[in-house]
Order: sequence, then structure tokens, then C-alpha cells
Amino acid sequence: MAFDLFLLEVVISGLMTGVMYSLVALGFVLIFKASGVFNFAQGVLALFAALALYDFLAEDGWFFAVFGFTLPVWLAIPATALIMIFLAWVIERAVLRFLVKQEEIILFMATIGLAFVLEGLGDLLFGSDVKPLDIGIPQGASDLLLDNFNLYVEKLEIVAAATAAVLVTALAIFFQKTRVGRALRAVADDHQAALSVGISLNKIWVIVWSVSGIVALVAGIMWGSKSGVQFSLSLIALKALPVLILGGFTSVPGAIVGGLIIGVGEKLAEVYVGPLVGGAIENWFAYVLALGFLLFRPQGLFGERIIERV
Amino acid sequence: MTTHSRNETLLEVESISLSFGGVHALSDVSFDIRKGEVRSIIGPNGAGKSSMLNVINGFYHPQEGSITYQGKRRAQMKPHEAALGGIARTFQNIALFRGMSTLDNIMTGRNTKMSKGLFWQALHFGPAKREEIENREFVEHVIDFLEIQTIRKTPVGRLPYGLQKRVELGRALAAEPTLLLLDEPMAGMNLEEKEDMSRFILETNEEFGTTIALIEHDMGVVMDISDRVVVLDYGRKIAEGTPEEVRANQNVIDAYLGVSHD
Amino acid sequence: MFYRENGQFKSSYSSDQAIFPIAQDRAFVIGILLVAFCGVPFFINEYWANAILIPLLVYALAGLGLNILTGYCGQVSLGTGAFMAVGAYASFKLVGFFPEVNYLILIFVSGLVTAAVGVVFGLPSLRIKGFYLAVATLAAQFFLIWLFNKVGWFYDHSPTGMITVRPIDFFGVRVTGPEATPAAKYLFTLTIIATLTLTAKNIVRGRVGRSWMAIRDMDIAAELIGIKPLQAKLSAFAVSSFYIGVAGALYFGVYLGSVEPLEAFDINQSFYVLFIIIIGGLGSILGAFLGAAFIVLLPILMKNLMVGGFGVASGTAGHVEILLLGALIIFFLIVEPHGLARLWQIAKEKLRLWPFPH
Repeated sequence: MAFDLFLLEVVISGLMTGVMYSLVALGFVLIFKASGVFNFAQGVLALFAALALYDFLAEDGWFFAVFGFTLPVWLAIPATALIMIFLAWVIERAVLRFLVKQEEIILFMATIGLAFVLEGLGDLLFGSDVKPLDIGIPQGASDLLLDNFNLYVEKLEIVAAATAAVLVTALAIFFQKTRVGRALRAVADDHQAALSVGISLNKIWVIVWSVSGIVALVAGIMWGSKSGVQFSLSLIALKALPVLILGGFTSVPGAIVGGLIIGVGEKLAEVYVGPLVGGAIENWFAYVLALGFLLFRPQGLFGERIIERV
Repeated sequence: MTTHSRNETLLEVESISLSFGGVHALSDVSFDIRKGEVRSIIGPNGAGKSSMLNVINGFYHPQEGSITYQGKRRAQMKPHEAALGGIARTFQNIALFRGMSTLDNIMTGRNTKMSKGLFWQALHFGPAKREEIENREFVEHVIDFLEIQTIRKTPVGRLPYGLQKRVELGRALAAEPTLLLLDEPMAGMNLEEKEDMSRFILETNEEFGTTIALIEHDMGVVMDISDRVVVLDYGRKIAEGTPEEVRANQNVIDAYLGVSHD
Repeated sequence: MFYRENGQFKSSYSSDQAIFPIAQDRAFVIGILLVAFCGVPFFINEYWANAILIPLLVYALAGLGLNILTGYCGQVSLGTGAFMAVGAYASFKLVGFFPEVNYLILIFVSGLVTAAVGVVFGLPSLRIKGFYLAVATLAAQFFLIWLFNKVGWFYDHSPTGMITVRPIDFFGVRVTGPEATPAAKYLFTLTIIATLTLTAKNIVRGRVGRSWMAIRDMDIAAELIGIKPLQAKLSAFAVSSFYIGVAGALYFGVYLGSVEPLEAFDINQSFYVLFIIIIGGLGSILGAFLGAAFIVLLPILMKNLMVGGFGVASGTAGHVEILLLGALIIFFLIVEPHGLARLWQIAKEKLRLWPFPH
């Protein structure tokens, strides 16, 4: 009985981590779906968002230095969202609109450059020390589960899971039901056609990158609350790659499922196989898993099959 | 038109059926190509002509039917087998290697004739260099034949459409093919370019004896240079024969005019 | 008008295919080589060798290797750091096992080992393309670094996990370790890089290079005209990994002297080399050198300008460097995706008519 419980805890822990991965992967999928660009800077965007949020909240930030007061949480979050929207606009004007016609590999490398720019900027503006992020999410283990089921699950991770669920539903509704959402799907299918019915490509991109920025903000909040706002957050981008491989680059539910599978897989591997080989398997397990997957199903679980034509 | 001394069959396709998902690209198509002839494949858009070439080439694998080439019968062709067996082709949408020059593109056509490996390549002086120069000489013959000397070193991406098509033909010719598959070689060309291209095709057929299978929409060209014609419509063969026979065939006329069949 | 190629007629295919068909180019390159081999060693000092020339050469070699794979053959790889590590550790173990054998031979063998590893990790490229392949190479990157960190055999069970190069003599001259003179280390490195550059150029302009570019440009058409994707892609991985492995061995043995895998060969290293070939120019041998010069000189310029000139803290200078690097990548990708090599070509074309521009 105790063994089963332990396994359950590992699985749940893996699921929770998986949800966190999914949050970041979601941002990727959005941008890829609507513009075909693989945004390597997604992780850094999450970091940047978290840094900005911290700045609004803390007394050692710029905001306080300039205005003399800090913002309460319910104001700080929307303020940060505005910053991310502004950032999306800048990115579209300064980078994206010049690279429209290039191949995807060029765009990908541009986002790597973007990641470096944002990282350097973030470090310069906000400093590179670890910052605690406390926006009122309850910390510690869930007493309910601990007392009744003897399960150790962090409250924070439950909140993250719930948030992700809400986000996915909201995005799904957005894409299916709203005018802008439908326009985004049109753009994803065919740039030219979208242009010819009067959808402005540039506006679309600003919208998409804004939404991604907000998703990044949510991801940044969750990760930041869990382990503090620090540089390693930006490396999550790399972890999102295996998630996307599994789930497909264009599928929102795929990002969730992929994240969960990777999260659980990693944890299980670490706990059960790790001790046999000295630990730290988490560093590479996700990639090897993705690699194995690619060999059998190159388009991922939910991705579209590519038919080659000559 | 050419007179061929032998009537032996070079390629025969029997009962080829090809589908993608629910789409039937080809249904039960059979015909043959005789050695040394110019065989045109015509039909309305979407009739499956390019798919047929792709099957012969080994790019698509038919679900049913067989291909007999040079006496050997197979259920499907492998691309490498086709290339080594002397089948070369051009493509409807030009499949040149954009990052390379005209000369280099045509040199890639010699790939199956060249064999010196990495070690000799790295050294350069010696067998690799000799092989390179030998093949370069042949490629220069092709370049002379197609009259494209001036664009030898130009990256193909910068060439106008008509010249690109000519370079692609050059790449196919460089392989010294036994069977040459041409997918709409005259598409998008003006009259003068078409005349040049027709001349090249005929000369290739007459001087080198290359068998040619040709997809073409321009009926004038088809009538002028083909020995025999196959007509496809909705993936099925609806007629075949000499150009005159096919032109007079009611089914063919109906297909092109869009009369619906039951 | 001194740079005209008018009047320089080639009378044989051999001369047309030469690496530098234009006489002025030949003279220029011979000039540089003379200076590099005969002039520099007399003036070189510790700083120039260790901070500028040797890293430039080593990174150029790594860039050459990655360019072969990504620039010429179109296979994206983010595993360069790990492959450099393979070369470094291979050379470390080989020198340990065979201390009497010539260092050059051992470096060559390290390259071969890396080539073998590269082929194994390159096998997925037969089924996977583009981004997906980049992920597969990430698997190589993270797995190999973990391996070198965890398995004690690789670092002779040293408690720090670091490996340090043994002092090695090359035909009697010390080339590694603190006793080696800058000139010795420089010449040793230069000779290797010069030879391998020539070899790379030979391969790239011949049949194999063309088959790589064909696969890059349109792999389906390439297969249909008889180029075997298996051979082309795996040979690209093999040659590329060989070069990167040798670069790694030199990076460890001659340049740094001692390394720790998590720092020296991590994913950032993979990015640096990728940046080198983007900035320098994909699919260009010259580009690797230009890009390496850029990447090596930029931080030095930054440090001198900011710390020395403006008194900025060195940590901040580091951040600005990262920011600037990213901005430059974006700039290059927008303005000249073919990198410095193309800019160089354009400059030469302008020189053709100078001082009478059209």
C-alpha cells in the first residue's frame, strides 16, 4: 500500500511538472499555429514577464524608485500584461515584419537572437539575482489531500493545473468562437488568402505574440512562485521542445498532453531508473523520449501528417 | 517524327492504381513505351499525368499493378533503381538546386557516373580530380547542346523561368538517360522558347536515341513531335494511338470539352 | 580597377575549378598565409595567442564543421558543444593510454571517434527533418554532457570532475600545458586548421559537396536523380563531427588546458558556434573564419570599450554583450542572411570597378 502511494505521488508530481511545461509549450503552439515561427524566446519571455511583475510588486524595483509606491497584485498583473503586449508590438515592428519571406530556419534563428536580447535586457534592467515571487498563491502541501489520502501535493501545483485548464478552455473558445480567433486560424492556413480577405498580417502577429506573452506571464508566475524568478526559467524553452514533439507543433490539446507525458515520464525515470545510473536523468530523458517518438511518428501525437509533393 | 529501328518495349505499366487517402489518382492504367519513341501523355488538369511519371520514377508506389522496365518486372520502382537504370526526368515545378550554379546543377546529374569517395575528394589531386574533369567535359557537351554557356556560373535561382527549365533538362541529359521523363517542359514558355525546347527534345531523341515520355498541354507540340499518345482523364486511360487517331477520338474531345461521363 | 578579372582566361577546366581562379585572390591568400606562418610567430605574445588567435582558429574550425553539416547539407544541429566534448575527452583518454604516440595522430583519431559518434546521432536524420532534427541533436547534447559528467572513467575519476591536459611534446616542441610557448601553440593550431580548411574546400567543391547541397536544397529531387540520402547525410555528419571533434580536442588541449564539461561544452557553446556560421555566412568556408573572428573579438572589444573606456562593471558588460550579440544576430538575419561572407563578396564586386562605380 505504501509503495502504491509513493508511485501515485511520483505520478502526480510528474503531472504537476508536466502542467508547468504545458503552460510554456502553449505559448509556442500559439505562435507557431498562427505564423509558422518557432519562438525560441518563449522561455525568456516568461522570465521577462516574471521579472517585470516582480518589479511592480517589490520595493527594490524601478517602479518603486520612480513612483514611490508598489502596485497591489490585482493591478500589477494587468500592468505586466500591458508590458507584454507592448513588447509584442515592438517585436513585430522591429523583427518580424522584416523576416516575413524568409525560410523558417531563419526565423527560428532570429528568435534565438531575440532570446539573447531579452535575456541581456532583463539582466541589465532587473539584475540577475534570484527574486522571490509571491502573489498570494498558497504555499505548502494541500492539507485536504494530506489528511484524507496521505498524499503530498503542493497547493501551488494544484493552482497551476487549474489555471492551465482555464487557459486552455479560454484559448479553445477564443479560436473557435471569436472573430479574431477565426482570423488567426485563417492566417495559419494560408497567409495569402488571409491577406486577400483583408486580414492584416501585422495586426494578427501583434495579437498572437501578445496572447503568447500573456501565456508566458502566467507560466512565469507559476514557475516564479515555485522556485523564484531566475535565469534558469529561460531554459524551459528547451524543455518545451520535447513536449511539442510529442504533442505536435500546432495542437493546443497536444501541448497539454505532451507536457503531461513528459512530466510524468521524466519523474518516473528519475525516481526509478535514476539511482541506477547516478541520477540527474531529467537532464536528457525528455529529449531521448522525444527522439524515440520521432523515429516512429515524426509528426507527433496530434500533429498533421506531411505529404511531400514534387 | 522519328523512325525507330526497333519496336521493342522499353517500359510497360500494367493496371496501375494509385490512391492517396480517398483520392484515386490513377485507376487501372496500362500502356507501354517503345524504345526510341516519343510518347506523349496528355489529358485535362488533374488527370493523373504527373502521378504516372512519379510512379515510373519510383517516387510514388502504386497500390496495384506492375512496372516492367528493361525486361524486369516489379510491383514498384525504387528511386535509386530508376536512376541507375537510366531513367531521368524533369519536373512540373522545376526542382533545381537553388543554392548552386547552372554548372553545378548539371554536374549533379552525373552523380551516378562518379564514384570517388571522401578520401580522394579531400585530397583532390589524383583520381578525384581526373574524374571531375572527365565528367566536366561531358557536362560541357550538354551545355553546348543546350546553348547555355553564358549562364554557366550563375546561381540558378536568378535565372528566368525558361532558362531554368532548360537547365533542368540539362541535368536530366547529363545522366545519359535511356528513358527521359519530361513533365510539362514547355509550360510558361513563349513561342520562341517552345521552338527551342522542341528542337532540343527532338535532337535528343534522334541523335542519342533517347526514349522520351512527355507530358504536355500544347496540342501543337504534341502533334508535331510525338510518335504515339496516351490520354488520361480522372486517372483512367481513355484513349491511345498516333496523334491523328487520338485527335479524332470522341472520348478525348469530350474530356477536354468537359462533357460529363456516366 | 586593380581588381578586375578581365583578361584572366582559363584554358583548362582544371584552372577554372581552382579554389582561387582570380589571380588577385590567389595573391591575397598567399600573402595572408605567409604572414600567418612566417610573420606572426615572431611577434606573438601570450595575450595575442591565448585570447585572440588560438580561440579564433579553434572556433573557426568548429564553425567549418558545423557549416558542413548545417550550411552545406542543411541538417540543423544543436549538438556542437557535445561533439566538441567528445573530441576533447577522446584526446584526453588517448593521450593517457598512448603517451608515446604523436599528438597529431591522437588528435586525428579523436576526430575519427567523434565522427563515429556523429554518425550514430545522425542516423535519425534519415527519418527526421528540420526542427525535429534539431531536437534529436539536443538529445545528443544533453545526454553526452551528462555522460561525461557522471561516468568517472572519462575524467580519470578526478574529484573535481575536470580534465587537465598533460604536457605533450610535438617533435620535441612543447605544445600543451603552461610550459608551451605561445608561438608553438599557435603554429601547431594554425597548421592543423590550415590543412583541414584546404581539405574541406576540396570536398565541398567536388561530387560529395554537391550531393550535400542537393540534399539541402531539395532532397526529394536529389534522391530522384540518384543521390543516396543515406550516404550524403551520414557523410555530412561524419565529416562535420570529425572537424568539430578536432576543434574540441584543440579547445581543450591547446587553448584552455583544463575543462569541466558542464561549462565548456554546454548548450551555450552549441549556440555560439551556430552564431558563428550565421554571422559568417551559411554554406561558406570563408564565413566560418569571419564569424569566428567576430565572435572572439566582440567580447574583447566590449570589455575594452566598456570596462576600460567607460568604467562599466564587468558583469554589466557581460550582459550588454549578450544583448548586443542577440541584436546583431537579428540584424544579420534581416539585412544579410548570407552573412559576412556575402558582404565580403559584395565588397569585392565593388572593388572591380573602383574608383569608377557604376
